[in-house]
Amino acid sequence: MKAVEKTAVLTSGTVPKESLEILQKYKGGKGALIPALQELQANFGYLPEPVLEEVAKHLNLPLSKVYGVATFYAQFHLSPRGLYVIRLCTGTACHVRGSGAIMQKIRSELGLKPGETTADGRFTLEPVACLGACGQAPVMMVNDDTHGRLTPEMALSVLESYK
Amino acid sequence: MLYRNHILISSHTADAAAIKERFERELAARKLSGAVKVISSPDLIDDSEETLVVVYPEGTFYRGVKADDVPHIVEEHLIKGRFVKELLRCEYDDSTVPSLDRLDFFRKQQRLVLRRCGSIDPEDINDYIRTDGYQALAKVLTAMTPAEVIAEVKKAGLRGRGGAGFLTGLKWEFCAREPEKVKYLICNADEGDPGAFMDRSLLEGDPHSIIEGMTIAAYAIGASQGYIYIRAEYPLAVRRLKNAIAQAEEYGLLGENIFGSGFSFKLLIKEGAGAFVCGEETALMASIEGNRGMPRPRPPFPAQKGLWGKPTNINNVETYSNVPLILLKGADFYSSIGTEKSKGTKVFALAGRIKNTGLVEVPMGITLREIIEDIGGGVQDNRKFKAVQIGGPSGGCLPRSHLDLPVDYDSLSQAGAIMGSGGLVVMDETTCIVDVAKFFLKFTTAESCGKCVPCREGTTRMLEILEAITRGQATLHDLEVLERLARVCKNTALCGLGQTAPNPVLSTLRYFREEYEEHILQHKCRAGVCSDLIQYQIVAERCVGCQACVRVCPTGAIRGEKKAPHKIEVLDCIKCGACMEKCRFDAIIRS
Ligand SMILES: Cc1cc2nc3c(=O)[nH]c(=O)nc-3n(C[C@H](O)[C@H](O)[C@H](O)COP(=O)(O)O)c2cc1C
Ligand code: SF4
Ligand code: FES
Repeated sequence: MKAVEKTAVLTSGTVPKESLEILQKYKGGKGALIPALQELQANFGYLPEPVLEEVAKHLNLPLSKVYGVATFYAQFHLSPRGLYVIRLCTGTACHVRGSGAIMQKIRSELGLKPGETTADGRFTLEPVACLGACGQAPVMMVNDDTHGRLTPEMALSVLESYK
Repeated sequence: MLYRNHILISSHTADAAAIKERFERELAARKLSGAVKVISSPDLIDDSEETLVVVYPEGTFYRGVKADDVPHIVEEHLIKGRFVKELLRCEYDDSTVPSLDRLDFFRKQQRLVLRRCGSIDPEDINDYIRTDGYQALAKVLTAMTPAEVIAEVKKAGLRGRGGAGFLTGLKWEFCAREPEKVKYLICNADEGDPGAFMDRSLLEGDPHSIIEGMTIAAYAIGASQGYIYIRAEYPLAVRRLKNAIAQAEEYGLLGENIFGSGFSFKLLIKEGAGAFVCGEETALMASIEGNRGMPRPRPPFPAQKGLWGKPTNINNVETYSNVPLILLKGADFYSSIGTEKSKGTKVFALAGRIKNTGLVEVPMGITLREIIEDIGGGVQDNRKFKAVQIGGPSGGCLPRSHLDLPVDYDSLSQAGAIMGSGGLVVMDETTCIVDVAKFFLKFTTAESCGKCVPCREGTTRMLEILEAITRGQATLHDLEVLERLARVCKNTALCGLGQTAPNPVLSTLRYFREEYEEHILQHKCRAGVCSDLIQYQIVAERCVGCQACVRVCPTGAIRGEKKAPHKIEVLDCIKCGACMEKCRFDAIIRS
C-alpha cells in the first residue's frame, strides 16, 4: 500500500487489520511498547489515534501511557507526513558550515516552518541534530538519500529532483 | 579463504559502485577473484570529493581514481607489483613504499581501535577472525576466571569512553559483586552528540569487536543477556550489527555454551526512538523497558539496580571495542600508551572549519595543536583559528591559548571542557562565540526531558538571555544572571544533561567574555553572524547597476534604476546575505 492510500484508510476512523496483526506479535512481551509503535509507524507512516487506542488495549496499558511515550520521542508522529521527509542537519558541524542559511532558503522556498508539511503533501521539513555524517557538513537527508557539502542553491536543486 | 590483497574503495561519489564493479570484473577476467578482495567503505578519510583506492597489505593510496583507471591498477600493481605513479597520493621516490602512513593525516595517529575499520569487510566474520578476532574471547573463556578478566581490565586503566571516564574494570567489579542471579549487560550506542560519529563508524566498520568486547564483559560480570541500544538514525549500523550477530551465532561465538565453556550469552538490538537524553544510562534503561526515557536519581546505580531492577553493566561502544585488545595484548601493553591517568587511545570526530575532517585515533596525552594542525591540516581557507568545542553540548569551548593542552580526561575537565564522546569541532573567526553558546543551549533546552526544575527552567531562561544578547537587547546585569543560572543548573540538576548543559556558556564566558560584552555594549558581532546586529549596504562607487542582487533578494528590498547605483531598503532587508554572495563587484558590504 502506498503511504497516501494508507492515510485515506486511516482517516475513515477504522483500524486496519494489518495493525491488529502487528500487535499480536507484541502481546505480553517485556518492554514491547516502543518496538510495537516503531513497527506500526513504519507501516503507516505515522501513528493515527485509533491505532494508539488499539495498542493500549492489546498491550494492556493505559492510553495515557501509550500517548505519553508516543509524544516523548522525536521519532513518533501523530499526524501524516509528506511523501518526502527533508531531514536537514542542524548539528554542530553543520551549523558552523552554514546549515542556517540552507534552512532559511528551504523555509522561504517551500513556505514551511520546521515540522510542517506542504499543502500538497510532498515535503515535510524536519530539522535534526546530527546525521552522523559531519565530515560532509552541511548535510541533508531526503527520505533515505544523504546529500552532503550543500549550499543553499544546491539544496534547492536537490529538492527539485524530488518533485 | 586467505586473500593476497585487499582493495578498499573509499568514496562519497556516485561512481564508487561502478569502480567496485569494474575491479571485480577485471579481477575475474584475470582469474584473481579468489586472491583479491574488494571492499567499499566510505569513511576512511573524507576530505575529498574524489574516489580513493587503497591497496593492502602495502597500504598504497591512489586518488582521483576513475573506472577507466581500474584495468591499469590491476595490471600494474596487482600483477606486476609496480605502483601506478600518476595516481599516487604522496610523493614517491624509488626507495620508499608510498603508503597511508606517510600522509600527515595518518602519521600522528595510532590506530588500535580503528585498526580494522576500512581494511576488513565488516559483513564477513572471516575477515574479523583472520585479523585476530575472537582470540581474546577464546583465551578468556578457556583460560581465565571472571575475576582475572576484571583484574586485567583494571590494571590496563581503561576508562569509559562514553563521557564521564569512569574506570571500566571497577564498574565491572561492582556489578560482579552483586549476589543477584540475573544480570544484564548493555552497550550504549545512542551517540547523540551533534558533531560526533565515532561510534557509528565502529558499529559499521568493525561490529564484531563490539560483540566480542561485550561477550567478555558479560562473562566477567556473570550476565547472560545483553542489549545494544542504538540510535534509530543509524540504519546501516543496525543492519551490519544484525548481520554480525547472526554470523557470530552461526559460528558458535555467541549464544549457548560458547567455545564449549558452559558460558552462554545472547544479544538483542534495541533501536532508540529519537531522544538525546536516552544516552543517559538510567533514561536508556527506562527506554528499553518501554517507558519515556527519563533519568532517575542515582544511587541506586545500575550496577546494583538497573534494567528491570537487576544489576546491570552499561558501557559505551568504544569502551567495549577496547576490551578484546586489552585481553589479547595484555594490560601492560595497553597501559604503556597514554598518560598516567588516561590510558590507551581515543577516537575523535574532527569536524567544522578544518581541512581534513574525519575520524582520527590518537594516543591520550597528544596536544590539541597536534590534532588540529598536524592531523587536521589546520583551519580551512587560510582563516584564523578561533576555538575548538570538545565534548559536544556538554563540553566546552577552548581558545587558541589552550592549543597546547594535552588531551586527557583530567586536563580537559580542568580547562572547563570534557572528553565527552569525542566530538571535536573547530571554529574560525567567522564563527560567533555567543551564537555557538546559544546553539548548544538551544539543543539542550529542546532535549531536556523536563523532569527537574533547574534544567527545564534554567536552560530556557539561559537561552532567553543569550537570545537577547545576540539581538543587542541585553545588559551587563543579564550577564551576571546568566552566570548564576549556569552555576545553579550545573550544581543542582538531576542528571548529566542538566549538569553539563551550562558548560558551553561557562567556558565561553571564561575565555571569550569580551565578545559577550561587545554584543551588549557596542551592539557589535565581530563575526558578522548575529543578524540583528548587522546591516547590508551597497557601496555606490562600486555598484554598476547590473541588478543581479535584485533578482536574488527574497523580499525585494533592493531598489534602483538599471545601470545606476542601487540601495538596500533597511526595513525590508531580512539579512540573508544572498545579495552579497551574488555580487561580482564586491559592492555589497556587511557592517
Ligand atoms: C544527556 C546524556 C547523554 C549521554 N549520551 C551518551 C551516549 O550517547 N553514548 C554513551 O556511550 N554515553 C552517553 N552518556 C553517558 C552514559 O550515561 C554512561 O555514562 C555511559 O554510557 C557509560 O559508559 P562508559 O563507562 O563506557 O563511558 C550520556 C550521558 C548523559 C547525561
Ligand atoms: S537534568 Fe534535565 S534531562 Fe536530566 S532529569 Fe533533569 S530535566 Fe531531565
Ligand atoms: S553535525 Fe551535521 S551530520 Fe553531524
